[in-house]
Amino acid sequence: MRFNDSVFGVILVAFAIAEIAYTSTFPRLHGQDFGPDLFPIIIGAGLMLFGGVLIAKGWAQRFTQPMLVLGDWAHDSANVVNVVILLGSVVFYIAFSTWLGFIPTALVIQSVLLIRLGSSPLASITIAAISTMLIHTLFAKVLLVPLPWGLLLPVAW
Amino acid sequence: METVLNALALITDPYTLGVMALAAMFGLFVGAIPGLTATMATALLIPFTFFMDPVPAIAAIVATVATAIFAGDIPGALLRIPGTPASAAYCDEAYAMTKKGLAERALGIALVTSVIGGLAGSVVLSVSAPALAEFAIRFSSYEYFWLACLGLSCAVIISTGSTIKGFVSLLIGLFIATIGIDGTAGHPRFTFGSIELMGGVSFIPAMIGMFAISEVLRYVASTRTVIVVPQQSVGSIFSGLGAVLSKYKFNIIRGSSIGAVVGILPGAGADIAAWICYAISKKRSKEPEKFGTGHPEGLVDAGAANNASLAGAWVPAIVFGIPGDSITAIVIGVLYMKGMNPGPMVFIQNPELIYAVFIAFFIANLALLPLGFAAIRLSRQILRIPRRVLMPLILMFCMVGAFAINNTVFGITVMLVLGILAYLMEENGFPVAPAILGIVLGGMVEDNFMASMIKADGSLLGFFSRPIAATLGVITILLWLTPILAASWRYLHRHKNRPARLKSDP
Repeated sequence: MRFNDSVFGVILVAFAIAEIAYTSTFPRLHGQDFGPDLFPIIIGAGLMLFGGVLIAKGWAQRFTQPMLVLGDWAHDSANVVNVVILLGSVVFYIAFSTWLGFIPTALVIQSVLLIRLGSSPLASITIAAISTMLIHTLFAKVLLVPLPWGLLLPVAW
Repeated sequence: METVLNALALITDPYTLGVMALAAMFGLFVGAIPGLTATMATALLIPFTFFMDPVPAIAAIVATVATAIFAGDIPGALLRIPGTPASAAYCDEAYAMTKKGLAERALGIALVTSVIGGLAGSVVLSVSAPALAEFAIRFSSYEYFWLACLGLSCAVIISTGSTIKGFVSLLIGLFIATIGIDGTAGHPRFTFGSIELMGGVSFIPAMIGMFAISEVLRYVASTRTVIVVPQQSVGSIFSGLGAVLSKYKFNIIRGSSIGAVVGILPGAGADIAAWICYAISKKRSKEPEKFGTGHPEGLVDAGAANNASLAGAWVPAIVFGIPGDSITAIVIGVLYMKGMNPGPMVFIQNPELIYAVFIAFFIANLALLPLGFAAIRLSRQILRIPRRVLMPLILMFCMVGAFAINNTVFGITVMLVLGILAYLMEENGFPVAPAILGIVLGGMVEDNFMASMIKADGSLLGFFSRPIAATLGVITILLWLTPILAASWRYLHRHKNRPARLKSDP
């Protein structure tokens, strides 16, 4: 997904203005006329400066560089679906892993991704099952990371 | 001497050696798979180092990286696809040798020069770091502020692509570092009431997102070509190698030393070292016309350079806490996590840890010789593992790793957001390395800046009140002005030349 530089410039300047405005809510240091807002203001000023340069550059190149060029993935709807499934599976993990438990969530995510990326369903589920158990053993048993049991809590080992 | 013996005892502990051996195999594997980089290997490794003592943790990273950079040469030579960006400079050359039936020669040169370059880099590291530390011990907040600014600016200017975009990337990183409780007044900044954000954006999920998730995204978002592994068998790796290496012994020395120096520069890593040394090799060669046709000379220079730069990058990282490349940026994060704040004080408080790091570099590079040999033998099997199977597995490791730091799914959210950010930045020509350095150094830059401001009572002249600080400050400001001066010079030059050209037109 390639944008013209001026698009980024506008985003950066807008972000910088909002950021600097927000720092006005920060308290001051006692007896000093600067405080925790100083460094963020410097960063914001820098972003405005470079954002401005990007706007000017992008505007000068507007005939040779369109405002938005979609990447490879947009020409191939299969790639769009891939990206959506990948991001969706991370969101799915964030939302449901505590309730479902690590093992079911990981099993579902890996099977879906493996099938989607071109492995056969049987192979996918087998690979997903083996790798889920390996990761679970490695992290939960060896490294003692409290991966959630979720629905499997009654049979936890 | 006693320190060195203590360090030796720390590093030759069977547990540490075992960890290093596993890490080296992991590095060889990740490096040999195209699309998985040495930095990604390091990012995937940090959740594990979280559970180790400092020495095995650091030794594991050293071993992984040293082997991964070499392993990147394997697909470069056999498939013309660099396994890591550090092999890109001479991948065409190595592949041209393979087409001439010299695959084993190309891989043999890559392996032996990597080992020599890595050892040379280790020597540079162990000699220069303690010397610099003695000098750095006198630094105050002013010097550290300027040093960090200088390091960050170097990273922007050296990074590939547009300098403006590099600065934007750096500022984004610095902004991310300001999120959380502020160091001077204890005020939560940009947390918007989130308790999770009060501690700041956790460094490890951020790194996993920016280096691993962004790669997985790039893989699924691009139309892929299926890798066809050549059936050609790899013959004897070491036969006739001695003659080539003794013919180009000067190139090995040159590549190693330039590589180590490039590594020390903040922001320039193994990939840039390899490009520079390949170019120098071609320029200085007696037979530059042979370059690109499967000529070993450039391979010798660049193969030594990228491994030498790895150790070089650790010099500013452990002496000043300023990373030399993205890998040492991760290392600095790990050191902070272990309570071993990098800087000259480490050399006084925990000298045995520092010497253990030096020894780890020597061991890792020596171990590369047999392990790399085995990896070349197994290369076709490794390359046959389909990436479509590896990617879901990597995603799972990333999520569990990001979770394991604080045992909350919030880490996974941070990982996802920064992964998407890094992907979009790279797609649009914003280099990611300056943002990483910004995240790592942001806290230190701000702390030293605020401490200096308070000491000088808000006067900017305080930043130039000490001789070293003033020198560093002037250099930094000159560096900032360079792009502006260069641009205006180009502009003036164009305008001066235009009428002249018009006149000469008939």
